[in-house]
Amino acid sequence: MPLERSTVFILASTLAAMVIIPYVAAIAFPNDVFFAWPFFFEVLIGGLLAGVMYSLVALGFVLIFKASGVFNFAQGAMVLFAALTLVGLIEHGLPAWLAIAATIAVMIVLAIVVEKLVLRKLVNQEPIILFMATIGITFFLDGFGQTLWGSDVKLLDLGIPNQPRFYFNEQILINDFDLIAALVAGVLVTVLALFFQKTRIGRALRAVADDHQAALSVGIPLKTIWAIVWSVAGLVALVAGIIWGSKLGVQFSLALIALKALPVLILGGFTSIPGAIIGGLIIGAGEKVAEVFIGPLLGGAIEDWFAYVLALVFLVFRPQGLFGEKIIERV
Amino acid sequence: MIYRDAGQFKTSYAADQAIFPIRQDRILLAIGLLIAFILIPSLASEYWLNTIMIPFLVFSLAALGLNILTGYAGQLSLGTGAFMACGAFAAYKLTTAFPDLNIILVFLGAGLCAAGVGIIFGIPSLRIKGFYLAVATLAAQFFLIWMFNKFPWFTNYSASGVISAPPRAIIGDVIVTGSSAVPYVKYLFVLSFVLVLTLLAKNLVRSNIGREWMAVRDMDIAAEIIGIRMLSTKLKAFAISSFYCGVAGALWAFCYTGSVEALAFDINRSFQVLFMIIIGGLGSILGSFMGAAFIVLLPIFLSNAPTMLGLSISVELISHLEFMIFGALIIFFLIVEPHGFARLWQITKEKLRLWPFPY
Repeated sequence: MPLERSTVFILASTLAAMVIIPYVAAIAFPNDVFFAWPFFFEVLIGGLLAGVMYSLVALGFVLIFKASGVFNFAQGAMVLFAALTLVGLIEHGLPAWLAIAATIAVMIVLAIVVEKLVLRKLVNQEPIILFMATIGITFFLDGFGQTLWGSDVKLLDLGIPNQPRFYFNEQILINDFDLIAALVAGVLVTVLALFFQKTRIGRALRAVADDHQAALSVGIPLKTIWAIVWSVAGLVALVAGIIWGSKLGVQFSLALIALKALPVLILGGFTSIPGAIIGGLIIGAGEKVAEVFIGPLLGGAIEDWFAYVLALVFLVFRPQGLFGEKIIERV
Repeated sequence: MIYRDAGQFKTSYAADQAIFPIRQDRILLAIGLLIAFILIPSLASEYWLNTIMIPFLVFSLAALGLNILTGYAGQLSLGTGAFMACGAFAAYKLTTAFPDLNIILVFLGAGLCAAGVGIIFGIPSLRIKGFYLAVATLAAQFFLIWMFNKFPWFTNYSASGVISAPPRAIIGDVIVTGSSAVPYVKYLFVLSFVLVLTLLAKNLVRSNIGREWMAVRDMDIAAEIIGIRMLSTKLKAFAISSFYCGVAGALWAFCYTGSVEALAFDINRSFQVLFMIIIGGLGSILGSFMGAAFIVLLPIFLSNAPTMLGLSISVELISHLEFMIFGALIIFFLIVEPHGFARLWQITKEKLRLWPFPY
C-alpha cells in the first residue's frame, strides 16, 4: 500500500504530539502530572497493546463495509454472542477445541441466516436503512444470546498465560496476555490480508467491494459472497470475543466495545484493513497517554470521550480517515 | 371514496398552500385535536398520562428535531441524547438562577443554549459526511454527558448529580413542572408546547430553508452549485434541530420525570430517537409522531403482554425476550416498508381514495 506523504506527516506529528504534550503538561503542572520516561513508555506500550484489541473489533466492521457497504453495528453484538456461545458450550462440558469448532459453525450459520432473512430483502436500500437493520440485529442478538446462556458474568479461561513481567532493565511492566493478544491480532491481519490478496474468493470479495453491478455481471455470486464475508466477520468476532472475554469476563458490556471500535474505524478509514490496525494503535495509545498525563488536569475519566474527539480532529484534516479511499464526488 | 377530493376547488393562493388542502384531512385533524385536548385529559388515568402520553409527546418533539437534521437536511446524527441533556441542564440552570422568569421563556432559552452547542458540534459536518459524521457526532454525545457528570456546577453542586425540577407556574398558580404538578395540567402544557413547535417545524420545512435542506440532503454538491450556501444551511439545520431536542430534553426533565441525571441522556437515548424517525419515516413530520408512539408503546406492551396472556416468565427472561422481539420487529418493519409508517399512511390514503370501488 503506497503511503502518501501527508499520511506520513500526520502519523509523525501524532507521534510527536503524544510525546511532547505529556512532557509539557508535566513541566507546567508538576503537582498534578507525574512524568518519567520508563513510566511513559509503560503507559504507551500498554496503550498500544490495548489498541490492538480495539483493532480486532474494528476489523470485523471493515470487512463487512468493504464487501457490502453495510455499516454493521451488530459487530459488537456478534462478539458478545460468540463469546457467550463459547463459554456456554464449555460450561456444558465440551472440551475447548470442540467448543471453538462448534462456535465457528454457529457463527457461519448466523451469517447465512442474516444474509437470507435480512440483507437479501433489503438489497438496494439506502445505507441508513441497512445500518438500522443491523441495529435491529444487535438488539436481537443481545437478547437471544442472553436468553440462551443467561446474563451472569462468566469467566472464560482457555489457559492463556496472564502474568505481568518486567522488560528493558526491569523498568517496564507488561502483561503476557496483552502480548499474546497483539500477536494473535497480527497473525489474524496477515492471514486476512493474504486471503484478500491471493485467493479466488478474496479477489471476488474485492470485486464486489468495488462495484456490485459489475461484479454480478461477470458472474460473481453476490449472495454467496455476502454470506462468506459475514462468516469471516463472525470468526473475527469470535477471536475478539475470546480475547476480550478472557480479559474482562464474558458479560453484556462486551457488546459495548463496538462503541470503542467506532473511533478506530473512522480514524483508519472504513475501507482499510491496515487502517483498522494503525487506527487502533493511535486510539489505544492516545487514549491511555491522555488519561494518565492530561486526565488529572481535567478531572479524570476522559477516556470516555477522548477517542472520539481525537478521531474528530483527524477527520477534519482527512474526511475519509487516514487510509480510506479518497471520496470523489460528482454531480 | 372516503378520501375523494373531487369537488374541492381551490380559489385562492392561500387555500392552495394550506397545510391540509383536503377537507377530510382537516376533519380528521379536528377530531384528533378534540381527542387530545378534551377526551384524553378527562378520561385517561394518572398512570396513562404520566407513563404514556407525556413521554410520547416529549419523544415526538425530540424525534421531530432529529428528523429536521437527518430526514430533511440529510446529516446523520447520533448526538440527540446529548443535545437533550443540554436543554435539560440549561433549563435547570436558568430557572434556578432566575426563579421569576416564566417557564416558557426558560424552555425557549434552554432550546437556544442547545442550539448554540449544536452549532459548535455541527461545524465538522462541513467537511465530514455520512457515517463518518454519525461517528463524529458521538464525540458530542460522550463529551457532553461526561461534562454534565463531571462538573458539579451544572447540577448546582447536588451530591447525587441529579437535578430535580423545581415547581414553576405558567400563569398565576398553575404549576406545570416538577413532581407536585397535576398530571393533566402537565399533559396539556406539554401538548400545547409540542403542537406549537410542530406547526412551526411544518412551516419551516416547506419554506425556503426547508427546500435548501432537502436540496443538500439529495445531493450536496449539486446544491452548492445552484448557489446554496453549505455553511449556513447545514449549521441552520444543526441549530434548529438541537433547539427542538433541547426543548424536548427540558420537557423530559421538568414535566416527565421531574428529576434527572446526565446518564438518562446516554447513547441509548440517541439510538431510541433515531429508531423513531426511521420507523416513523425520514423526512416526515407525521412520521416523527408515529415513530415515537410505536417506540414508546412497544416496550410497555411487551413487558405487559406475558401477564395479559397469563404466562409466568421470570423478569430477567422477559427483558431478554423484549430485546429479541424489539430487534426482530425493527427488521420486520424495515423489510415491509423501509420508508416507515408515514409512507404506509400515504399508501393507505391513496387506497382510500378509490375504496370500496376498484376503479
